[in-house]
Amino acid sequence: MIKEYLNLDRIKGPLVFLRGVAEATYGEIVEITLKGGEKRKARIIQLQKDLVVAQVFEGTQGMSTTDMALRFTGRPFEIRLSPEILGRVFNGVGDPVDGGGPIYRGEDYNINGRPINPVAREYPRDFIQTGISSIDLLTTLIKGQKLPIFSGSGLPHKELAAQIVSQATLSGERAGNFAVVFAAIGVTKEDAGYFRDRFSAAGTMDKVVMFLNYADDPIVERFSAPRCALTAAEYLAFEKEMDILVVMLDITSYCEALRELSSAREEVPSRKGYPGYLYSDLASLYERAGILKGKKGSITFLPLLTMPGDDITHPIPDLTGYITEGQIVLSRELDGQGIYPPVNILPSLSRLMKDGIGEGYTREDHPHLANQLFSAYSKVLDIRGLAQIIGEDDLSETDQRYMVFGRLFEDRFLTQAKDEDRGITESLDLGWDLLRELPRGELDRLSDELIEAYLKD
Amino acid sequence: MKIKGVLSAINGPVVQGEGMEEFKMREMVLVGRHRLIAEVIALDQGTGTLQVYEETEGLTIGEEIVSSGRPLSVTLGPGLLGNIFDGIERPLKKIAGMDPYFFPQGIGLISLDFEKIWETRITVKVGDQVGPGTIYGRIQETLLMEHRLMVPEGLRGEVIMAAPSGSYDLETVVVKVKDALGGIHELKLHASWPVRTPRSVKERLKISQPLITGQRVLDIFFPIAKGGTAAIPGGFGTGKTMTQHQLAKWSDADIIIYVGCGERGNEMTDVLEEFPKLIDPKSQRPLMERTILIANTSNMPVAAREASIYTGITLGEYYRDMGYDVAIMADSTSRWAEALREISGRLEEMPAEEGYPAYLPSRLAQFYERAGMVTTLGDSQGSVTIIGAVSPAGGDFSEPVTENTKRFVGAFLALDRSLAYARHYPSINWLNSYSSYVTVLGGWYEDHVSPDVMKLRGEMLGILHQEARLSDIVQLVGEDVLPDSERLVLEIARIIRVGFLQQNAFHPQDTFVPLTKQYLMLSTIKYLHDLTRRGIGLGIPISRLRNPQLFEKIIKAKYTVPNDDLKPLAVILEEMDHYYEDLFAQYEKVTS
Repeated sequence: MIKEYLNLDRIKGPLVFLRGVAEATYGEIVEITLKGGEKRKARIIQLQKDLVVAQVFEGTQGMSTTDMALRFTGRPFEIRLSPEILGRVFNGVGDPVDGGGPIYRGEDYNINGRPINPVAREYPRDFIQTGISSIDLLTTLIKGQKLPIFSGSGLPHKELAAQIVSQATLSGERAGNFAVVFAAIGVTKEDAGYFRDRFSAAGTMDKVVMFLNYADDPIVERFSAPRCALTAAEYLAFEKEMDILVVMLDITSYCEALRELSSAREEVPSRKGYPGYLYSDLASLYERAGILKGKKGSITFLPLLTMPGDDITHPIPDLTGYITEGQIVLSRELDGQGIYPPVNILPSLSRLMKDGIGEGYTREDHPHLANQLFSAYSKVLDIRGLAQIIGEDDLSETDQRYMVFGRLFEDRFLTQAKDEDRGITESLDLGWDLLRELPRGELDRLSDELIEAYLKD
Repeated sequence: MKIKGVLSAINGPVVQGEGMEEFKMREMVLVGRHRLIAEVIALDQGTGTLQVYEETEGLTIGEEIVSSGRPLSVTLGPGLLGNIFDGIERPLKKIAGMDPYFFPQGIGLISLDFEKIWETRITVKVGDQVGPGTIYGRIQETLLMEHRLMVPEGLRGEVIMAAPSGSYDLETVVVKVKDALGGIHELKLHASWPVRTPRSVKERLKISQPLITGQRVLDIFFPIAKGGTAAIPGGFGTGKTMTQHQLAKWSDADIIIYVGCGERGNEMTDVLEEFPKLIDPKSQRPLMERTILIANTSNMPVAAREASIYTGITLGEYYRDMGYDVAIMADSTSRWAEALREISGRLEEMPAEEGYPAYLPSRLAQFYERAGMVTTLGDSQGSVTIIGAVSPAGGDFSEPVTENTKRFVGAFLALDRSLAYARHYPSINWLNSYSSYVTVLGGWYEDHVSPDVMKLRGEMLGILHQEARLSDIVQLVGEDVLPDSERLVLEIARIIRVGFLQQNAFHPQDTFVPLTKQYLMLSTIKYLHDLTRRGIGLGIPISRLRNPQLFEKIIKAKYTVPNDDLKPLAVILEEMDHYYEDLFAQYEKVTS
């Protein structure tokens, strides 16, 4: 039986409080009709005897405590999905905003999803070629992986994400079959427009689903936008068996919305005012990526976040790094030198690359070459520190060769054009080219056989 | 009649009920029409507060809360090994039978397979006097491990019925015992134990044996003891999970319990795919036959994450009581602490440091205290070793979980971000790691490896510490200004770091290295140090003492010298003798 209520007890920020409700279900959606007939959606986030606390997705502006009609739907937050969502644009609560009309046919899906049973997962092993040397060689993206880009304000993470999306290919028979689910959380219209332009320019708009929550949209919608997007991704991947790339920005806005809600609820804060459940909450998003046994589709997840103050130890990148399978870190210093993409390879990591590269996947020398490049570049940074003090001329001969290697590494290996699509073999050979600058005795991560085979003069 | 209450408040995983006067603290209850499993964590007159081990979305005020009359417990019996469970011992494969991909709502209380038939050898007969820990049945649980059925704690008496050896399911009563008061007790193939209560032992023993891991930096420099505790703290990407996996694969415990607490789903899948393929070096059987996995990934309900640690340790104590050496890997204890914090926050408790509840240190202490080497109630010897990963927020070791863990563990294996960035694995920092077991285990090493091994360890660690001091100077003025004796220290330290401390988990020879080879590798480096130092004394310049081919041979010995044939090391020693004797002879001639 559906009941209607007329009066609210209290309105505070995005939250409404309602007393005297006999039967309310945790997580259920309440439909609120304002005086003028406008309808809004709220989700029950706390029940205390006959008191109901609900967060209103469209915001509480213009609402009053009287003269409202509240209807308890008895249903969780659901969106309707069908193959027709491809090519469409939705807002943060899953309503179409592209003028194409609502999705009529299809089934309703709970946007919270359910956790994947670990025994049902298939371990990701398929290499995705992004055409970007620093990523393909050193922080390899694997199909079904969640690999965030840790960026800072003003760094070219948008360009990088768009480049990855347009160049991503799989080897083998399912090559190039990516559809994209794009979620914008609290981003500017300009940033969202950039992606829309890039997708239309590439002619791939009919394989893209967009969920957009702009910076001036209600913050509660920031909570639902990523969940709508991931539910759509799950639908396309696991029911329609497609390979899905989920691009989501900006996770920082999402976490800030969460903090705002938490403070409105007067919860005990943990680090930097973020709620104690930030880790679990982020995990409920990130862990929806993956591959299921016996299903052809996959969800590869590329969240973008801007590190407040470029600080990788800030709770948002920190907790993200503990959940995701690695991270691609962008560096302001490299960006300042005009290097694109400014990937700081040392803190960047792909946890899944160990099983998706090497013989049978990319090339036998890949893991060892990557290791050697990491170790050599880390030495370059030490030597640069020294050179600043004693001057480059006073460095030992070996150290001077490292300096040359470092410059070439940044100029030839890291740097590439925004539309330059390098094959994995090209990237690997480029890596060997650079190692030729170093004395052979320094190549302690490579076996003699590999050196013989690849370090041709 | 069942005791019932009524659901009155819901806030995430924490719910409240009214009319709960007769419920007990820490009792397990079933909530709502889906019968979600929950535990009573506070009672205030008639209002009870519960933590729910499943997703609470869809619960409605007014639904009933049913008492189970017992605390949150695990079922103990054959079928644990080789299995994978969630945080409260529900088999994930059985859950996948309900829904092949996602967790369904209201899984219910399931545990071991009660229908499976086990070939059981009954080892008591009518008239036998039995007491706690007496083994009354033996079952070959896997080809690798024998399961021993034990008379439970507190029961002593005479066997009045003993079934013949044969095939039984878990519910079969195979033995009946009459106690002194005439009470009859039925013993089946399974038992039950509350997870938050440590199982009793006869006596705690002193630590006396190392847990051999085949990892050089641990076995030689920072040993872990059987029955001891160790913490592995490290920021993300420093290789905590990798180190835990290596220990799970190669350490010489009989039983491995791997608790994936709030970690990644794919990591558990990796373990599930990889462990059955790995072969135990001793028995040539798949490692999975001695392993129990507990997976409560980060997106699974937070309360079950809190319980998973206790489930793991209780299973561990059970196998310890059979007389086995058990090693528990908890990855990560920080996620467990955060689960405590999350629930504490929902209870609106007064927070202590960084929002963690004030009882965090005592909970950590209780957990680590459940490790130990013991004489069991059945008079055999067993041990539980706990190795807990810690994920400090921001990689900062001064945060509450790392700080408090440090107080209760014997070995502290600090993972280092800058080592990980340079791909130095395992990235255990030798400067701020420690093992308090070095002194107690020294005797064992001297008896079983070599009488001089502790001295060798001290000397090599000394070189590494010296290097750390010198590298500060080098950072400022460059290496060239150092005297040759100090440059030699840098050279030798590099060989120790690259040739000994770095270990490649993906290399078939290097992933596990026996102690004898570890010792010989390090003595080879020491021998090089002795020879080159003599050279410095003779006034030979470092450029001549540093023989790149020779140095590289020593560094690559980890790959080129097979684990089961150490002769090539002797060849390297001979080459060293030749080269340096020739060199010394040249200089001695000049000086004389």
